[in-house]
Amino acid sequence: MRLALLPFLLLAVVVLALSVGRYPLAPGDIFAYLGAVLGLVELSPERFDLLHNLIVEIRLPRVLAAGLIGAALSASGASFQAVFRNPLVSPGILGVLGGAGFGAALGILLSGDFLTIQLSAFAMGLVAVGVGVIVANLFGAASMVTLVLGGMISGALFTSALSLVKYAADPYDQLPAIVYWMMGSLGAVDLKQLRGAALPILAGVGALAAAGRALDALSMGDDEARSLGVPVHATRYGVIIAATLVSSLSVSLAGMIGWVGLVVPHVARLAIGPTNSRLLPASALLGATFLIAADCVARNITRAEIPIGVVTELLGIPAFILVLGRARRAWA
Amino acid sequence: MRAPSATAQLRGVDLHFSRGKRSVLNGATLGFGTGEIVALLGANGAGKSTLFRLLLGFLTASSGEVRLDGLQLSSFSRREIAKRVAYVPQGHVTPFPYTVREVVTLGRLPETGLLRAPRAEDREIVESVIARLGMERLIDRPYTEISGGERQLTLIARALAQGARLLVMDEPATGLDYGYQLRLMRHLSDLTADGHGVLVSTHHPEHAMQLATRIAILNEGRIEADGAPQAVVTAERISRLYGVEVAVFDDPFGARRLAPIAGRNGRAEG
Repeated sequence: MRLALLPFLLLAVVVLALSVGRYPLAPGDIFAYLGAVLGLVELSPERFDLLHNLIVEIRLPRVLAAGLIGAALSASGASFQAVFRNPLVSPGILGVLGGAGFGAALGILLSGDFLTIQLSAFAMGLVAVGVGVIVANLFGAASMVTLVLGGMISGALFTSALSLVKYAADPYDQLPAIVYWMMGSLGAVDLKQLRGAALPILAGVGALAAAGRALDALSMGDDEARSLGVPVHATRYGVIIAATLVSSLSVSLAGMIGWVGLVVPHVARLAIGPTNSRLLPASALLGATFLIAADCVARNITRAEIPIGVVTELLGIPAFILVLGRARRAWA
Repeated sequence: MRAPSATAQLRGVDLHFSRGKRSVLNGATLGFGTGEIVALLGANGAGKSTLFRLLLGFLTASSGEVRLDGLQLSSFSRREIAKRVAYVPQGHVTPFPYTVREVVTLGRLPETGLLRAPRAEDREIVESVIARLGMERLIDRPYTEISGGERQLTLIARALAQGARLLVMDEPATGLDYGYQLRLMRHLSDLTADGHGVLVSTHHPEHAMQLATRIAILNEGRIEADGAPQAVVTAERISRLYGVEVAVFDDPFGARRLAPIAGRNGRAEG
């Protein structure tokens, strides 16, 4: 598959996602609304208001949030896989998810205000990775093995802290909120939060994509990357910071959405190859496409909305098994 | 037209780890330049790889000098070093299925920098080094699916694409079958003939003698011998270096050979 096809795939899924819902629209309605906004098509004021309400007020924030989060998780997963030279690594490797989970639970316990929860999740995600990196440095020079161990330790620390918060939470009110948040949901995202998160997420994904060539050299080995003139430590930590920033932001927007950061880079690699300067944009586009589609399923498959994290798990696991079947040859 | 010669040198280099408690090199002095193949011999753990890492600027010497083209190595940026010295590791496996072309194209990184995409001239260089090593049929195969010998050639091609005239090779013959070993040696002597210089570590004194214009022996952190192969490789020295007794003789074709002395090398020593 060609990289140039992926934006069209994304566009098609966006139109689909704006169309389906409790009040279904035809794709033609979307284009009619767009045409009316641009002054090319005449629509009756009532029709225009209805379409504006459905498309821009109700559906667009979710579609944008799903797209941004899918792109962020997939691009950070692909870059962590390259940095750690391991195709089984996901964005949680350095403890960011454990930290963000704890941060969100703490926010729910202390205030319950959505902005506080988000900020707390974001900050604790960064703190958890920082702890992981510091622990890695305690073992000596931060190599990949010590980084992974540091991430495991930090993740375990924040997971146990999360248990403590759950234990302290009010079981009728706060505890269900924590559990529901952990499942991941786009239901609470609005345009204002998106405006805050969109720019840093896009900048982070752009920075990761720009590091593609350095990541190619790094995935050959540290010494080889050095011998090719690549600043190994600066690249590794720069990528870890950017990937942690975007995954932490995405967790703070919508909670835990699993499997996207692991599976989407694999699918992208099968489709367009391992070269990171192409793989990272492809992962971002494919991740956005996948999560928007998964959100369509989450919103529409039953009368009540099911958490999107549950959908990505249900879709991600069989996808991963299929990908493993095809990729096995390369690892044998 | 011949380009001016390029050289890399260690002068009296010490290297200590763990705050001086463990010393790897003690006053090691070794250089190599364009037009020669220098083979570095030494027992396992003698510090051959450490010496390479110093020459490539991955490690900093505790004392002594490392020079590149006569200037302090520390005065070069990593990218400038990469344009002058290329490193050829042993043929390893990568976790991702890059094609041979993609691996060789990485050699253009020091020239293009990390942000610029390879241009037409970079692609031409990649194709010409691949053709030079006779690897055209491998060019679009995944590096993960070719043989060990083919991987080693791919890494040599990447070093050539780098455009550096000095090559540092870490035991390139290890794990290669007889045919690839001979092809490797032919490629290396072709390289020196066209103005490259090669420093190669090897476990096999016989390879060193067939291949090298000079042999250096690293023992107890020092270069204890450095000179013409016939002068350096003696029965006494090889026996002492590797802890086994060998005889050295010249075969009817004029090549110097080694043979273990039957019955003198117990299992515990082997």
